[in-house]
Amino acid sequence: MGDPMRIRAQVAGANAVVRVLMAHEMESGQRKDSAGKMIPAWHIQDVTATLNGKTVMTAEWGPAVSKNPFLQFTVKGAKAGDKIGISWKDTKGDSRTDEATVS
Amino acid sequence: MTKILAMAALVGLAASAAWAQKTTEEGIAEYRAMLQDGNPAELFEAKGEDLWKKPRGPKNASLEKCDLGKGAGVVKGAFVELPRYFPDTKRVQDLESRLLTCMETLQGFNAAEIANTPFGKGEQANLEGLVAWISSESRGMKFNLPQSRTEEKTMYEVGKRLFFARAGTHDFACASCHGTDNKRIRLQDLPNLTKPSGAASGFGSWPAYRVSSGELWGMQRRLNDCYRQQRFPYPRFGSDATIALAVYMGVTGKGGESVAPAIKR
Repeated sequence: MGDPMRIRAQVAGANAVVRVLMAHEMESGQRKDSAGKMIPAWHIQDVTATLNGKTVMTAEWGPAVSKNPFLQFTVKGAKAGDKIGISWKDTKGDSRTDEATVS
Repeated sequence: MTKILAMAALVGLAASAAWAQKTTEEGIAEYRAMLQDGNPAELFEAKGEDLWKKPRGPKNASLEKCDLGKGAGVVKGAFVELPRYFPDTKRVQDLESRLLTCMETLQGFNAAEIANTPFGKGEQANLEGLVAWISSESRGMKFNLPQSRTEEKTMYEVGKRLFFARAGTHDFACASCHGTDNKRIRLQDLPNLTKPSGAASGFGSWPAYRVSSGELWGMQRRLNDCYRQQRFPYPRFGSDATIALAVYMGVTGKGGESVAPAIKR
């Protein structure tokens, strides 16, 4: 299980802006270590965002996403008190889910 | 007719040149502003806070009794008054060397072993988190390094000499790049560390998250890399030389606001 995410969700008009910081190595699989051997790819593959348990966004990520990625998106119609859930799954099958309340 | 067209083309060219010049600087500013929101240093801060409170090491103790200069366990405001003199170790210490002392005396770790660990590995990786959290607790405060003790004044003078000392294969000194205004390496502005404003922005923006390597760098690592770029031998982790340089920069930048942990290219 990965390290916790930092999720901030704030109301902006009729919507909510969600900002997520994820802790992940995001190894691209195209780098070599000091011994010259390829470092196997290890990155987040699937990202899912939910609003009160209902999926509002899914994303497929590849090796081009940076280490410790930052994700920002807007959820239509989200109100204060709503629960925003974010989960990711990486290429090693590891996953992590965190939740935040819209404020 | 052709003349008018040529004129128009010239005007267009001039306009686009001015536009390009503006966007380079604006582009950097915009890039930095975008990075500022969602600085991954926050992930290190969260980790550091846990590490501070968690009982660890051979003695299974937390760091909550660690004295960073403002009394045992006081973290808020400690960062902007470091490096300073500590009577128990009889040394002027910066945040990282002080943390090593605490990890040895409170938790029973071997400080010399941690100092010899490469950056970002083992306990050094934990130090990064602690440095991120402790510095974040002083965000927005003004640097005010104490200079009342002889040892602290001596360290300032030593740091000043080290800053201007030229040596090595390239006949370099810190002052070669950081001694005059408006110097730049590629797109990186080099702060003039001999001036209060430059020292405040240069010294005051570390520790920082390095986007290019995805790591959090403390002052020790920053200075170590400065020495590497000058083709000098690496200074020891927490050595008096690096602490003296930090005292020189910190005292010069007195009154500057701490934005640490910042974010860098």
